Amino acid sequence: MKHLVIPKFALASRTAAAPPPGGRDLRLDLFRGVALWLIFLDHIPQNIANWFTIRNYGFSDATEIFIFISGYTAAFVYGRAMRERGFLVASARVLRRAWQIYVAHIFLFTIFMAEIAYVASTFDNPLYAEEMNILDFLKQPDVTIFQALILKFKPVNMDVLPLYIMLLLFFPPMLWLLIVEPAFALAGSALVYVLAWNLNWNLPAYPNGVWFFNPFAWQLLFVFGAWCALGGAQRLTAVLRSPVVLAIAIIYLVFSFAVTLTWYIEPLGRFVPVWLGEWMYPIDKTNLDVLRFAHFLALAAVTVRFIPRDWPLLKSLYLRPAILCGQHSLEIFCLGVFLAFAGQFVISEWSGGPLIQALISLIGILIMVATASLISWYKQIEGRSPAGRSKPPDADLAGGEA
Amino acid sequence: MKLISALVASIALSCFPAWAAVAEPQPETCDVPASFLESEIDLGRATVEMKDRHRLDITVIGSGSSALPGPDGARFAYPAQLENALKQQLPGAEINVTAHVQPKRTTASVVSELSKILAEDKPSLVVWQAGTADALNGVETDEFRASLDSGVEMIQAAGADVILMNMQYSPRTASMLDVSAYADIMRHIAQQRGAVLFDRLGIMQYWNDAGTFDLYAATKKYDMARRVHECIGRALASQIINAAHLDAVRMQTTR
Repeated sequence: MKHLVIPKFALASRTAAAPPPGGRDLRLDLFRGVALWLIFLDHIPQNIANWFTIRNYGFSDATEIFIFISGYTAAFVYGRAMRERGFLVASARVLRRAWQIYVAHIFLFTIFMAEIAYVASTFDNPLYAEEMNILDFLKQPDVTIFQALILKFKPVNMDVLPLYIMLLLFFPPMLWLLIVEPAFALAGSALVYVLAWNLNWNLPAYPNGVWFFNPFAWQLLFVFGAWCALGGAQRLTAVLRSPVVLAIAIIYLVFSFAVTLTWYIEPLGRFVPVWLGEWMYPIDKTNLDVLRFAHFLALAAVTVRFIPRDWPLLKSLYLRPAILCGQHSLEIFCLGVFLAFAGQFVISEWSGGPLIQALISLIGILIMVATASLISWYKQIEGRSPAGRSKPPDADLAGGEA
Repeated sequence: MKLISALVASIALSCFPAWAAVAEPQPETCDVPASFLESEIDLGRATVEMKDRHRLDITVIGSGSSALPGPDGARFAYPAQLENALKQQLPGAEINVTAHVQPKRTTASVVSELSKILAEDKPSLVVWQAGTADALNGVETDEFRASLDSGVEMIQAAGADVILMNMQYSPRTASMLDVSAYADIMRHIAQQRGAVLFDRLGIMQYWNDAGTFDLYAATKKYDMARRVHECIGRALASQIINAAHLDAVRMQTTR
């Protein structure tokens, strides 16, 4: 057992200098909650409420926010566990979390299969003879289900959780490195990102192609979030306070907004110089394009600047719904994916116009908030119940779930 | 009352020939907002061909959604409907639409056959319906972009204009088949390469939202599919006439 204890000592001695920021940072919960809402809205195609989501106003979207904050909270929660209880215990907790997410993903897949099977058995239209080929995989359930279990087959909009699972699987050693040698860990992560771009690393998907969210690229955002949580944010304070950085961030956000406008208002397209277009496009989501990453950094820099940690509104009733959702991210994320399926179903069934779409979007968010409140309430009564064991400081108590 | 209105209508029609096309009896009104059919890009080659030779050779390249199933599907599918509509609206001109339709054919495989098609047809305009087969096969978006881009370049190098047609709006399969990334790429490439985009996705969604067609309906019958293809053929014809400025050409030839 001795070798298991050593890293704990090593950690304790090395990290005393950089204490983690104390208490819960409600901004994380708030923005993760908002990101969950936006992901839900974006997952209903042809939805009027889509126009309010940030992907229409810049390069990055809610996925970046979600992955960054997930990295941040994972490091916050499991980093503490690693310092206090050692590498083995913290790793076990991370892997248990990965397992929970895997189970949630398979649960969602089951719902998806039910919907597909229903559509396949009821829908027929010669107009869509080609599109109906997508149902071919139902002819080989043995292959399809196996491929889903090994995360190679991922239906539309079910790419985020497999990414999250992969990120957590490799998180224990990365977390250890982040605590011991943060700069080295961050550099290693950036190196993997660069190598993934140059050597075309990605994981294979079924029936063909690769993962929609390339884990080798997106790990950079996750690790960067973790690095920030483990003292990196404090190291960046001087940078974030600099007016030059703020100016650059704002200029970049405006530039990104202007470019995005040209995607939707075609006549504006001619104002994008050819050389700029050639250099800039494609803005690759699969491999977390540098432009997207930079856009997220700019957004974060501006946000941190104008919304302080002790922002009074964070405790107000208005932001409570989003914060609640952000505090139960896995459950609410899964619910959001399901609600997006269901909402899309209803919109199509009623050939819903903008009003129905807006209503469905609103109802979906209300259901997410209500569920988050319910989960909070459950946790509360569990904690208060006489049988409730005194829990170790885990994901629920620290900074929201990882 | 009926007689009077018919009289008024016929007088109006004879005074304003431009209205005739609009007022002609149509099996279904499937109007498309003008914004879908306007284009910043000119089909210059088609304009010249019509002006100089009064002919227009169009090649349609596509996958399954450019055809209709059934024995006489080709007669009712949009390539044939496009030819009808253009012949109707450009009387006296020789219009040839040649369709190269093959189900499940991805963009990369089209590109491999493109030089042969171009050499055979010598078209002045190519309508290229793409994206659906690629989305179905999960072709990587980078790969799709590269194939489409090189294909458009080849067609333009052969001296023909290009119209890129994106996917059908298919509400029932939208939750399984996400075409948006491929549609975005098509829009970008059209913009960058100076090709016209025929936004079938947007037009069909408009029809669905406006109640023109219930695209969610399940049916084994062919009539709605045929009407949709007819309407796509007409809309495509209008876009070609707009982008090649054939209204002006037509007036010159009839004068």
